[in-house]
Amino acid sequence: MPVGTMVVKPVPELVTFILAGAIVVIGALGVVLLPQPVHAALSLVATLFGVAVLFVAQDAHLLAAVQVIVYAGAIVVLFLFVIMLLGVDEADDLQIEPIVAQRPLALVAGVGILGLSLVSLFLAGGATGASSMLMAPDATETNIAQLGRLLFTEYAFAFEATAILLTISVVGAVMLARRAPQDGAPYPEDETVQSGVAS
Amino acid sequence: MTLLAQIVTPNWYLVLAAVLFTIGAVGLLVRRNPLVMFMCVEVMLNAVNLTFVSFSRALNDLGGQAVVFFVMVVAAAEVVVGLAIVVAVLRRRPLATADDVATLKG
Repeated sequence: MPVGTMVVKPVPELVTFILAGAIVVIGALGVVLLPQPVHAALSLVATLFGVAVLFVAQDAHLLAAVQVIVYAGAIVVLFLFVIMLLGVDEADDLQIEPIVAQRPLALVAGVGILGLSLVSLFLAGGATGASSMLMAPDATETNIAQLGRLLFTEYAFAFEATAILLTISVVGAVMLARRAPQDGAPYPEDETVQSGVAS
Repeated sequence: MTLLAQIVTPNWYLVLAAVLFTIGAVGLLVRRNPLVMFMCVEVMLNAVNLTFVSFSRALNDLGGQAVVFFVMVVAAAEVVVGLAIVVAVLRRRPLATADDVATLKG
């Protein structure tokens, strides 16, 4: 086995998978079940971090770093910032069920999604497919060097497209979140909403 | 070695990703706070990213990791625009939930 080849250590990976998997699932359940949006956002951090650990366990080191920096660092902070900015930190009343039988139907849909994924996964025989010939990871190089080269050669067009996408989204966000020019005028009476129960 | 290395097979990661996706989907259907719904979408996106990385390792293909990179970029753009919309709606209609967007019908 050449130096630098990915040596899979079975038992550490098992422990990592169990711990990170538990963090991921508990965090995701927290996002769904916690009534306070702030708590849900913090619970989301746990999920994102657990997924980053699972990325490391699967030798995707660059993606793990990007996951922590972009998701846990930027996106969750953006969520928290909006929660603080708007003051929507009142707890949702999870007992309210505005649409009849929404929860049971959602659970049925969830069981359907999970069952469909698992059945299709195991009917197909698991993660099968032809091993890559062109984009196989090179054991003598770091993950970030290979992925960087791939992004600037094979996926150069998509990379430039994401640059345009980010520019457009920034401009769009500024346009949307900007205060209207006639700000200060009182809002019409019909702007109040019906379901604002936590006022 | 190969037998031992296969204790945690890619299928484990795929099953975990399926569970994660399901939790996010159910949360998206159940919750009414638009911010929490966005978080559930992020959970679903992360489940799909986990699937991509698992296949990337199982099939020895870096293309899967490149796709995850682009998914992350698009998710960031989506969150920026989505939160701007949420800010625009909630500033004008405080305490609105996802159901209140029905008032757009006029």
